[in-house]
Amino acid sequence: MPTPNVVLHVADVHKRFGGLHALADIDLQVEEGQTHAIIGPNGAGKSTLLNVIIGKLAPSSGQVIFDGAILTGRKPYQINQLGIARVFQTPEIFADLSVLHNVMIPALAKRDGAFKLNMLRSLDSEVGIRQEAEHMLEDVGMHSSRDMHAGSLSRGDKRRMELAMCLIQHPRLLLLDEPTAGMSRHDTNTTIELLKKIKSRGMTKVIIEHDMHVVFSLADKISVLAQGRIIADGTPDQVRGNPKVQEAYLGGTH
Amino acid sequence: MFEVIFLQFLNGLDKGAAYALIALGLTLVFGTLGVVNFAHGALFMLGAFCAVLFRQLLTLETVTIDPTKLSPWGQPLEVRAPLVQAWFGDFGAVLVNYSVPASIIITIPIMLLLGILLERGIIKHFYKRPHAEQILVTFGLAIVAQEVIKSFFGPNPIPQPMPTDLRGAADIGAFLGMQANVITYPIWRLIYFLFSAAIIGGVFAFLQFTTFGMVVRAGMADRETVGLLGINIDRRFTIMFGLAAVVAGLAGVMYTPLLPPNYHIGMDFLVLSFVVVVVGGMGSLPGAVAAGFLLGILQSFASMTQVKALIPGIDQIIIYLVAVVILLVLPRGLFGRRGVMEA
Amino acid sequence: MLAMSRNDLLLFLGFTIAVLAMPIWLQPFGAAYPDLLQRFMIFGIFAVGFNILFGLTGYLSFGHAAFFGVGSYAAVWSFKLLSLDAIPAMIFAVVVSGLFALAIGFVSLRRSGIYFSILTLAFAQMSYNLAYSVLTPITNGETGLQLTLGDPRHFDRLFGEAMPGQPVPTLLGQSLGGFTGFYFCAGFLILAFFIAQRITGSPFGMMLKGIKSNQTRMNYTGFNTKPYTLAAFVISGMYAGLAGALLAVTDPLAGAERMQWTASGEVVLMTILGGAGTLVGPVIGAWLIKYFENIFSAINETILARFWDFLPDGADHFAVVVSSKFVGEGWFLTLGLVFVLIVVFLPGGIMEGVRRIAHLFDRKRSSPTNPGKTAPHPQPAE
Ligand SMILES: Nc1ncnc2c1ncn2[C@@H]1O[C@H](COP(=O)(O)OP(=O)(O)OP(=O)(O)O)[C@@H](O)[C@H]1O
Ligand SMILES: [Mg+2]
Repeated sequence: MPTPNVVLHVADVHKRFGGLHALADIDLQVEEGQTHAIIGPNGAGKSTLLNVIIGKLAPSSGQVIFDGAILTGRKPYQINQLGIARVFQTPEIFADLSVLHNVMIPALAKRDGAFKLNMLRSLDSEVGIRQEAEHMLEDVGMHSSRDMHAGSLSRGDKRRMELAMCLIQHPRLLLLDEPTAGMSRHDTNTTIELLKKIKSRGMTKVIIEHDMHVVFSLADKISVLAQGRIIADGTPDQVRGNPKVQEAYLGGTH
Repeated sequence: MFEVIFLQFLNGLDKGAAYALIALGLTLVFGTLGVVNFAHGALFMLGAFCAVLFRQLLTLETVTIDPTKLSPWGQPLEVRAPLVQAWFGDFGAVLVNYSVPASIIITIPIMLLLGILLERGIIKHFYKRPHAEQILVTFGLAIVAQEVIKSFFGPNPIPQPMPTDLRGAADIGAFLGMQANVITYPIWRLIYFLFSAAIIGGVFAFLQFTTFGMVVRAGMADRETVGLLGINIDRRFTIMFGLAAVVAGLAGVMYTPLLPPNYHIGMDFLVLSFVVVVVGGMGSLPGAVAAGFLLGILQSFASMTQVKALIPGIDQIIIYLVAVVILLVLPRGLFGRRGVMEA
Repeated sequence: MLAMSRNDLLLFLGFTIAVLAMPIWLQPFGAAYPDLLQRFMIFGIFAVGFNILFGLTGYLSFGHAAFFGVGSYAAVWSFKLLSLDAIPAMIFAVVVSGLFALAIGFVSLRRSGIYFSILTLAFAQMSYNLAYSVLTPITNGETGLQLTLGDPRHFDRLFGEAMPGQPVPTLLGQSLGGFTGFYFCAGFLILAFFIAQRITGSPFGMMLKGIKSNQTRMNYTGFNTKPYTLAAFVISGMYAGLAGALLAVTDPLAGAERMQWTASGEVVLMTILGGAGTLVGPVIGAWLIKYFENIFSAINETILARFWDFLPDGADHFAVVVSSKFVGEGWFLTLGLVFVLIVVFLPGGIMEGVRRIAHLFDRKRSSPTNPGKTAPHPQPAE
């Protein structure tokens, strides 16, 4: 039974791709305001889990409940409008548009909803949205590149921008799929600081990371996924000491 | 009743065969090269004009004036003698009579060459460009091809007679042990169907039983991996394109006695063939063939007077209607794979 | 609410002046006669509208001529049944083509990519085939729909007897021939351009660009992209209907060939040639194609012979024969070649070329003094 402060409840989810059991009996509860890390070797099913949550994939069985609402069966845009945003493993951005516009678009989605026939207004008169976007870019340290083509950014900058695109929506739940991959050490640290700052504002996060430095500096809870199953679950200290986890990480490499 | 249905079924076969052949070539090119080729119909048209050209060459005449005889208008009689006949005698006459099937000899090298030139010259620069740009460039090429043909052969259809011995109808009913003269079918259509079946069989056998074919099939299933294996895909792509051009050309050559070719015949067929490919499922060879025949036969049924009386105009739109319905019900067509061409 | 930024205002004013002054500045080019100018306006509108769907939203429709044709038919029917006045005809045509686009778009937009292109093509071909066959009572088949003395024109009869002579469309009783017709069409082009400019610069336009750039991201960002694409589709269908209606105003004869896929292909050509996704590009593309169509198709062998006269004998004959393939009836060959060259070398169209040249000059001017200024791929001002 979900306790009152559980925002996200992944309940008995299975996902099969043909013969591959990519997610097996996943049961995951994320509590309000916490940062929940999901770690595991390549191909464990971490991204697939996020895909199921945001409605990109339908689970083979089981369901996902967000704040009392059943997400399964809803369209991705409806799920986003409920307050879930995601940073993808390979950046999903508007490569043909400027960085500023990339960040303004999600802000408009937040303000105007899923559809608004907003043709007579000029974008230039959206001063509020524009300022908000500029502040957001300052927060992620990208203000200076606001007029650049998003497609020409470095990989790390694309992620930072994508993070800004999610944060500007003030989502209740933020899903991050390897947010620091491809970033320099310095940018990784800035991102950690940024994520800590949001945390202090009470945003719930699910984060997938390979970089243990990032995981242990941010996570309140960790779930370990291997071959589609959760093999361990608990606080960072509990997980660190768990022999099963070490086996899962080292097992495949000998 | 059974006879009527069977006859309509037969009537749909030759058109279906043409659709299937064009769709097969389109799919080969799309499946291997990943290129949406709007010029494929033009290749069909160019093939048809290979037959026209061949016949025109064969029937080049020497005109001699025979002063001893007078024409009905009182002028000296012009005696026209085709050159081939002058050179080869009776064999020349046979050649003229069989000009359509005989023109295959020139069609194959011409189409192969054209295909290779096209691929090397232009298409290969478009492998990585968006589908919209591929459509646009091949669409432009199609316009060029048809305008060139128009400027050399004129705008009007040029009838190509079928060989005299193959003009009649075959009594298929009697052949199958039914009453004589109930189900008869023009011989040339039968030939076209068998010819197409042979080519389709040939292409499938080629892909199935040769190493080249295996690589190509692997490439169709998963282009990136094959590229990673270090196999020289480029040369094979060129050959595939040439092959597809030959298939389209042959389909065009043999169709000329059924429909006198004009410069825009290719576009007319292309639009339909694209619909066929999409119905069959983009990238699926069996899908292309099955959908080609399916739509040809449906079209034949839709042009029955009884059906037209029931739903006026249905013969004009049946193919498109089927396409719309299939695309909406089965997003990837009859045999299509996931994720092909959906971006 | 209708405030415009300075750049937008300048662009709009410049465009307006250029259009209205066309009878003057096109004089040296021999193109300043009403008939051609009207076509410039009409196909300009068609291309501007097509660009809203293709250039902004990224959906390549191969069936837009259907809406153009429907607009023509609707306008002629309005002339026949209601009134010879152009305004009701235009309104009727835009509404009818809009509804038609709504129906077709609703179905076609359930697929994207090439499937969408094929669906639109299929619908357009269906319309074309039907217009020639069962719909003959509405379209008058191959002859085309035209005005006759016996048309009811209920509205006009209310106010008096029909004027004698062949009926022609009017505006408040004024005949729309010649330059009046041009200014009538020009007014609509300017309006069409203005609306397109507003759309491009609006949040809605930004969403369309977002859909073109990454539809997946739009979905995960909380947008229901369906109604956006449908709105773009219907708007561009209405533009096409408007253009078709104007063609019927200037020449009240509607034929099914206007709906053929070649006509759909032509508007794609115009948009690409000028530059898909830009505001003025499609208009320029339309003008250039109509201009050269006019010039090239009028050239015949006599003119060519005079042109190549300076060459030595034999060579001039050869030149005439070769070049005659590209003019007159052969104009489409030239068009096809230009099109292939554009797609191969300048997929952004003429506007891209202009931008590249401008960029070249920019660099020359700024690089010695201010090398840091040429940031990689600066976003072009919008
Ligand atoms: N759409 C799909 N169709 C078929 N198989 C898929 C699909 N998506 C993922 N898989 C498979 O499911 C398994 C889990 O993939 P997933 O991307 O979730 O792994 P991951 O844990 O995110 O790995 P990584 O750390 O490399 O990102 C893999 O074997 C993958 O090949
Ligand atoms: Mg992953």
